[in-house]
Amino acid sequence: MKYVLLIHQGTTPTPAHPEEWAKLSAEEQQQVYADYQALNQTPGVTPGTGLQLPETATTVRVQDGRTLTTDGPFAETKEALGGWLTYEADDLDAAIELASRIPAARMGGAVEIRPVAEW
Amino acid sequence: MSDLEAAYRDHWGRVVATLIGLLGDFDLAEEAAQEAFALAAERWRRDGTPSNPTAWLITTGRNRAIDRIRRDRTHETKLRLLEPAEAVEDEMDDATFPDERLELLFTCCHPALSLDAQVALTLRTLGGLTTEQIARAFLVPEQTMAQRLVRAKRKIAAAGIPFRVPPPHLLPDRLSAVLATIYLIFNQGYTSGGTLTDEAIRLGTALTVLMPDEPEPLGLLALMLLQDARRDARYEDGALVLLADQDRSRWDGRKLAAGRTALDRAAALHGAGPYVVQASIAAQHTEPVRDWVRIAALYADLATLTGSPVVELNRAVAVAEAEGPEAGLRITDGLDLEGYRYLHTTRGELLRRLGRTAEAREAYRRALPLVSDPPERRFVEERLAELG
Repeated sequence: MKYVLLIHQGTTPTPAHPEEWAKLSAEEQQQVYADYQALNQTPGVTPGTGLQLPETATTVRVQDGRTLTTDGPFAETKEALGGWLTYEADDLDAAIELASRIPAARMGGAVEIRPVAEW
Repeated sequence: MSDLEAAYRDHWGRVVATLIGLLGDFDLAEEAAQEAFALAAERWRRDGTPSNPTAWLITTGRNRAIDRIRRDRTHETKLRLLEPAEAVEDEMDDATFPDERLELLFTCCHPALSLDAQVALTLRTLGGLTTEQIARAFLVPEQTMAQRLVRAKRKIAAAGIPFRVPPPHLLPDRLSAVLATIYLIFNQGYTSGGTLTDEAIRLGTALTVLMPDEPEPLGLLALMLLQDARRDARYEDGALVLLADQDRSRWDGRKLAAGRTALDRAAALHGAGPYVVQASIAAQHTEPVRDWVRIAALYADLATLTGSPVVELNRAVAVAEAEGPEAGLRITDGLDLEGYRYLHTTRGELLRRLGRTAEAREAYRRALPLVSDPPERRFVEERLAELG
């Protein structure tokens, strides 16, 4: 089975918010980097690209042929997507286990697991 | 109950579980099982019940599924998986199939499914209840229940929920989900008066057979049996009868004994989890003279295990019996349960015993808008009338 793990940072401190990030101890910061590194090296994982902050998002809709452009992400800013990775795994339990190792899952965000549609 | 209905009851879960294991598809397995039982109704009546009914039903179901797959080319890949199995078709009587009910139970109660879906799926696949029966028990339209089942099965397949007993590091969490689902089924039956209590006891019994070394399934089974044994004595002429006033001759002695046996087995396995403790409390309540000090201590254990204020409230009741109403009342003072009817009825009772009539009245008045069950409502109204 192939899964996409959608990472929602929520209130997770990240380097993109230097003030919040600075509240973490040096060890905690190192742990976050180490965790992501370990995740990316896990067999079956294909790292996704990181995303800039939801504040930089632009959302586009087309209504009656007109393109409507609005500032901000489709979801609420705090629920917006922060990044993703794909994971080739035996089953959902394996994907849940990987998701629980993503720092955002324990630091104020959440990870959504979506099976990839196979046509 | 006819022999066939009994056979259905006894074998359905086992047959469906093994067929899902073989076919890897819930719908296909259920349809195949249905066909096998329909065929059994015809053949067994004519030729007699086979020596190994389970193997007969599974083999027949599997063969029916293979026929169906052949007709439906979209299942071609599945057919390849089944071909080796089909070769042993003639050995029907000797065929031994693994009992995969446990795998099925853990799949149905996977936390990636909503609790509603877990309950429905467990009752359908393991219990063999029809969609209509489940819908009726949970007071939802049949269409809603049918959709719930379809969605749950679709999610199992699409999201890759594994058909297996979880590995040891996941087992404690996953087992509590299974126990919670079975207990929820029991409670639904207990409050609505349906046959779901029997169904839950059947599932609980099966779980204790499949996991004989785990104390918590025994604790849950004991708890359900001990509660169910007293069910008939709870009401008289539509009015709620408190435990102390219940007619003990109306308790079901067979269920009480079975409950105590299950609890003894759990104790022998050094069980001290939440269901074992709850069953121990239920067992104390069936003693001719209740040991309130012991009951209060058990509730203290349970409060530590669960962190639940409702458990603290129960402890308050036991402490009030052991040490007097004032001690119980002190415990209720700190509880954040404003919207919980039993907080107010408990306080009302304790205040009444202390002769603090005005406060007791106030407490029962607060309970009144929170009570919807007619017998309970009558009870609160009677208490209010007594207090003037």
